[in-house]
Amino acid sequence: MNDCVLEARGVSVQYPGTLALSNVTYSLRRGQIGALIGENGAGKSTLVRVLAGITQPTSGQLVCDGSPLPQSGVEMAARLGIAIIHQELNLCPNLTIEENIFLGRERTRWGLIDHREQRRVTSQLLGRLNLAVDPSLRVGDLPLGQQQLVEIAKALAGNVRVLMMDEPTSALSAHEIVTLFRIVRELAASGVAIVYISHRLEELLEIADTVTVLRDGRLVAEAPASEVDVPWIVEQMTGRSAASSQAAGEVAVTEPILTVDGLTLFHPHGRALLRDVSLQVRSGEIVGLYGLMGAGRTELLESIMGLRAAAQGSIALGGKALDKLDTSERIAAGLAMVPEDRKTAALFPGHSVLSNLTISQVGALARRGWLSPTAEQVPGQQMCERLTVKTPGLNAPIDSLSGGNQQKVVLGRCLMTAPRALLLDEPTRGVDVGAKEELHEKIRQLAKEGAGVLVASSELDEIRALAHRVVVLSRGQVSGEFAHHAASDEALACAASANGAIQEVRT
Amino acid sequence: MTLKLLQLRALLVLLALLAVFAALSPAFLTTGNMTILIKHVAINAILAIGMTFVILSGGIDLSVGSVAGLAGIVAGALLNKGLVLTKWGVVVYFHTWLVILIALAVGALVGAMNGWLVSRIRVAPFIATLGTLYVARGAALLLSGGATYPDLAGRQELGNTGFLQLGSGTVVGVPVPIVFMVILAGLGLAIALRTPFGRRVYAVGGNERAADLSGVRVKSVKLWVYVISGFLAALVGLMIAAQLASAHPATGETFELNAIAAVVLGGTSLSGGRGGIGGTIIGAFVIGVLADGLILLGVSEFWQIVIKGLVIVSAVVLDQLQDRQAQRAVALLRSNS
Repeated sequence: MNDCVLEARGVSVQYPGTLALSNVTYSLRRGQIGALIGENGAGKSTLVRVLAGITQPTSGQLVCDGSPLPQSGVEMAARLGIAIIHQELNLCPNLTIEENIFLGRERTRWGLIDHREQRRVTSQLLGRLNLAVDPSLRVGDLPLGQQQLVEIAKALAGNVRVLMMDEPTSALSAHEIVTLFRIVRELAASGVAIVYISHRLEELLEIADTVTVLRDGRLVAEAPASEVDVPWIVEQMTGRSAASSQAAGEVAVTEPILTVDGLTLFHPHGRALLRDVSLQVRSGEIVGLYGLMGAGRTELLESIMGLRAAAQGSIALGGKALDKLDTSERIAAGLAMVPEDRKTAALFPGHSVLSNLTISQVGALARRGWLSPTAEQVPGQQMCERLTVKTPGLNAPIDSLSGGNQQKVVLGRCLMTAPRALLLDEPTRGVDVGAKEELHEKIRQLAKEGAGVLVASSELDEIRALAHRVVVLSRGQVSGEFAHHAASDEALACAASANGAIQEVRT
Repeated sequence: MTLKLLQLRALLVLLALLAVFAALSPAFLTTGNMTILIKHVAINAILAIGMTFVILSGGIDLSVGSVAGLAGIVAGALLNKGLVLTKWGVVVYFHTWLVILIALAVGALVGAMNGWLVSRIRVAPFIATLGTLYVARGAALLLSGGATYPDLAGRQELGNTGFLQLGSGTVVGVPVPIVFMVILAGLGLAIALRTPFGRRVYAVGGNERAADLSGVRVKSVKLWVYVISGFLAALVGLMIAAQLASAHPATGETFELNAIAAVVLGGTSLSGGRGGIGGTIIGAFVIGVLADGLILLGVSEFWQIVIKGLVIVSAVVLDQLQDRQAQRAVALLRSNS
């Protein structure tokens, strides 16, 4: 097997609370495009980070050209020609394209940066990517899609032998994707080993030579791309056959509790993040909000919560207009939201489980301005029991809980205010399978008790397991709406990658 | 849990310092010396209580020293010269209580200005309060023409005597500044730990985005922490003026640094959300005991400054080592469960 450039042998990664990778053996071959597939939290990004030397495996080793690497590290990876294009951009917006591409490996003459040479090479690289922009433009001034291409140019500037791309097309236009695919094929033909991660399955089958599926940190399937199809991949990803979706059933037609009408939101640089989005959530109903990365799911939920001052359009809860209210007033009116990123938007690090749970309600729990310990502990304890939070105690720091239990605490915080409409953004991201089931069950329960639930997810499986009705967003617009029984994977995936406005409305 | 450990560590440092100085200098543990020491500590501790709220919320208040100076000058001007209303050709002298209230209000107002700049205009706290540091100091100099207001005792016929009690008076034998420190420390502790406001301060400093999403009025919380800090700074300014029986426009220079040092020594994280008033009080005592003890031992003034700096830095280094250990312990705990 001389073709094998880089191999992860029996690699495991233990994160606090979760086993992100469990005994995975994965090899990259010269000239081969390998697709890495899995749901969120399946371990794709972790595996890529291990291969790139960013994350140290807890056990197992990396083998390069047949010999084990004594130690891994970012510098070692760079020396071996391993480049990675992250899901999030790693560019300095304040520097020019040229400066970004040569950051850390500047071409110098007499100790000074040789801008002329750098600009020449940059122009060449950009030309290869069909990107006709001036190398001396500041990266922050470019649209997101072009920034992504700069990131790719940066990876190509070095001597690449292994190129790993984590969701490289999420911000690209259809035209830019065609260019990217051409470059990827060229690179593979010249002997570069490529790892390609994407949620867009059709796209993967088009570009990849092999398909590798991860689930819950384990490598569950590997096959040549020519021998597999989308249903097979979905089955491997979710662990059950695509047909056996859990029926969420029908919901009695009730009055809409949450109404969004003509919501439009512009990015500060002028791009529309949301365009004329209208939807309704009825009492007792779970509405799934599906869309690819960058489709505007999070922006929609944040606008409803009043976190996006620039949002235009009208939002009403139980017939009462929310438009002039700030976030805390909207919460008081009966809205609550579980944000996508637990760490940056939901948890108070170092604070106790209890204060994380009660923060939305401290005003109401206080008597004559004072919070007595019991006034907090009793409802806190009840909420922990209701959501079966596993914690050493109410005063344990929130950081000591597993991801799933942290998420239950965040959900519990929302329930403390007894919301009439609940917005959930990727409610089970980074949560293990058991806790995921439990969280799903709680969400169904909440809807049964009469709350309207809007759940945004990039996982088809989750949407199918929860939603009575699915609204699909594509590039900031509603591109489809499906009743539960009509929401097949194919239909949702098709609507999610749609370019235009509403294609069809099936009920 | 880590929080209690940190406070415990600061307390151990304090006890060690007390033991060392008591052993080396017979004059150290005398009632007279202790009273002077604690009166000094009270000044810094009261500033540091306000500073703790600001730092817990994720901000910083560099203006407290200047605000103390301004409040002293305002009180001095009102007591000495009264309010001159040239239009009507009258001079109004206020009752002592009213003078005190006006000076405190000026402090709270400067604090509100800081809070407004930070929360509404979104100026970085460091910059906003650096600006008010200069403005308040300049205002104090302008008000007094750079001069000192001597003799704040007041005059019987004007009914504005008694101001000096703030600095040199006693309540059942305990000096007023110490009484204030005890009351404010207790109040500060209760507000931080037992009121919705206190909880929200921790939340805003711990994770502003999450606080916003949890319905906390982040802007209002930020405004109020600076108002508290400004108010307490003014109170300190009045106490100093009363102790000296005169108001000088340069009063309080670099006091903000001592207050920040006390907060940091007490284990409150400069990035906000962690720590508390209890640690701050201990931190203020560590600084006070160190200064007093070194003077008694005849250590040169210049060495005192160097030693103070070393103690602050090593305390923070210790914190970080401990923090890393605690994190490792948490990670271990979780991987085993």
